[in-house]
Amino acid sequence: MLSLPNFAAQAFNGLVLGALLALIASGLTIIYGTLGVLNLAHGAMFMVGGYAGVVAYQYTGSYLVAVAAGSLFVMALGLLMERVVIRHFYDRPPEDQILVTFGLGIVYVELVRLTFGSLSQSMPPPSWAAGITSLGFMIYPTYRLAVVGIVAVALLALYLVLYRSRLGMIVRAGIEDAVMVDSLGIDVYRVFMIVFGIGAMAAGFAGIVNVPIAPITPDVGESILVETFVVVVIGGVGSFPGAVLGGLIAGEILSLTSMVDPAYSQVMLFLVMTFVLVVRPRGLLGEQGRA
Amino acid sequence: MAIGKFGARDAGPVSRRTLLRAGAGLAGGALLPSGLILPALAEDQPALGTWPDGSSGSSVFVGISVPRTGTYAAAGEDLIKGYELAIEHLNAGSEIMTKISPNIKKGVLGKEVKYGIADSEAKPNTAVQNLTKFISDNKAIMVTGSVSSAEAVADNKTADREKVIYLVGISGSNDTTGKDCVRYSFRECFYGQTAAKAIMPVLIKNLGKNKKVAYLTPDYTYGHTVQKSMEEFGNEGGWTKATDQVSPLGTTDFSSYLLNVANSGADVVVNINFGRDAVLSIKQAKQFGILDKMTLVVPYNTPFLAKEVGADTMQGVFAATDYWWTLEDTNPIAKMFNDAFRAKYQYSPEWSANLAYAQIAMWADALERAKSFYPPDVIKAYEAGAKVQSTVGEVFFRGADHQLVRPVVIERGKKPADMKTPEDFYDIVEVVPGEGLMQSPTEFGCKLGSYT
Repeated sequence: MLSLPNFAAQAFNGLVLGALLALIASGLTIIYGTLGVLNLAHGAMFMVGGYAGVVAYQYTGSYLVAVAAGSLFVMALGLLMERVVIRHFYDRPPEDQILVTFGLGIVYVELVRLTFGSLSQSMPPPSWAAGITSLGFMIYPTYRLAVVGIVAVALLALYLVLYRSRLGMIVRAGIEDAVMVDSLGIDVYRVFMIVFGIGAMAAGFAGIVNVPIAPITPDVGESILVETFVVVVIGGVGSFPGAVLGGLIAGEILSLTSMVDPAYSQVMLFLVMTFVLVVRPRGLLGEQGRA
Repeated sequence: MAIGKFGARDAGPVSRRTLLRAGAGLAGGALLPSGLILPALAEDQPALGTWPDGSSGSSVFVGISVPRTGTYAAAGEDLIKGYELAIEHLNAGSEIMTKISPNIKKGVLGKEVKYGIADSEAKPNTAVQNLTKFISDNKAIMVTGSVSSAEAVADNKTADREKVIYLVGISGSNDTTGKDCVRYSFRECFYGQTAAKAIMPVLIKNLGKNKKVAYLTPDYTYGHTVQKSMEEFGNEGGWTKATDQVSPLGTTDFSSYLLNVANSGADVVVNINFGRDAVLSIKQAKQFGILDKMTLVVPYNTPFLAKEVGADTMQGVFAATDYWWTLEDTNPIAKMFNDAFRAKYQYSPEWSANLAYAQIAMWADALERAKSFYPPDVIKAYEAGAKVQSTVGEVFFRGADHQLVRPVVIERGKKPADMKTPEDFYDIVEVVPGEGLMQSPTEFGCKLGSYT
């Protein structure tokens, strides 16, 4: 199946796959980089965003309302989770943090399963992005094209908040020296809570945006979490640009390998991750000592 | 050599047991009223598996292990509904149960059937743990369930090792009653190869000869055997393989596979994926416009597929299946089953629920004919090949490989406008009789093991 049109199509498809992975991974990496907490419930929050959005869609029939509802619901869940649970784990060993977030993830999945059952739920793409677009070298679902734009806007917004706002400045200062920021009269815990909320929202947003592509089931977050980790490891743990780069690389690996032999695309992803870990343990854009 | 020595020493007790069992079985079957058989057997034969402990009380235990999470969860939940309804009917001795298993009263051999359910996640390791736990903790006299052939094969081996009867759930691989067959397991659904043999002539007749085919294949025993079978029978109509897109179980994004399909120049897409993989790959194939250019074929239909992908996408699609509820138009047992199922669960049963129900009913029938819980007696009752009236017509288990000889239902997706009810997704094109269709027991290398 090696031909120029197919290569172009797969390379483009890798970009689309990678964009979503980048967004989810950036949420995970922001939380880890700032709070030092590895949130294993991230995949479950991706799933919750999808379900919250689908419910909103069923009531309103509006794609925009669904996306807003999915994102905001998961943000609220993130804020609540940080305030009630995560905050008490900052001073505990990493394995405790891993266990508690892993446990919360299971709780979310099972609650959703209890409420919605195991059959998949779906939502059509918005009318302005329905159908198929011809790109000359290939035809491609319009909605998947739109997703590249939607994700790019979301990543840009994240970038502006993290690097070009007062909040972002405090966040980055808090990463370097939380005690100093605290003694300057800034409530670091409040900032941490907001960061956790934003990171969660990235997952929830991706969750609902992905529903028109792949109908959602309660355990969809499991495989997403694994791929997200691979992305974060490739890009550099705690690095926002690293997550974006890692996402795009992972998308391309999955797509281009499948052109040669689809059975090896997942294998290739892990091979590349292993290679990165060997030659550059902190990840492509990770900073020394951070992870 | 040490191995030879142990082998020779083992042969002694085995043949002694065989002799004892044969003698006791003869005496029990011919002379004694059923109530007296158990004590007689218990005295004469050494314990085997969970026998006699598992059947010495007033109730017997059945262990159900099916995926309740993951790609195959929807089918797993539907199987559970079938099992629960069947056990309820069995314990009540209800009319429909007596149609399939004429000798039953209430429960099996006068004992109430209790059950436990465990999530196998469609993973062989988890399934084996579930079965082992049911057998050791609950003294299960029978274990059942699977949605993936990988777990069914693992369950086969566990049941055979533990000497506890195992009823296969969903499993379409040729291997389950082929090279991986065991003395202690029985399968209701057909080989992937049978499905291929049944559907291919219909496809060639309706879609024409000399088609180029793109396959979407899940990467494990079921997927590969069905793919191979479809390719083989397709050759007869000049159908050739354009591409075979093998994807791992639980794939959520099929875009790169679908692009390969789109660029393959195929006329027909044969989608062998099952469960959520089938739902996602078909929905995404639709998004990529592939189904506008190529004809979709589903050689082994997934429960709830039409409900999940929509009648619009499934219209005109040919599929082979185990059971579709409109069989009730011609089969009174199917009608009774559907009515009971709808009364309890408010929708028409899918083939998974029918399979679970039928397996329990036929197990009860074998027990009643064996008049014993002693596993080799029950297995021999199965192997006698008694004809059973079921929801798909007359069926029987083959003694040589424990495969049910049964018809294959070929269905075709209806146009949304032609659907009489929201569940009226398919027309039944043909019910191909099992005899003459199903491959012979030797075809897939089945060698059943020992009884004891």
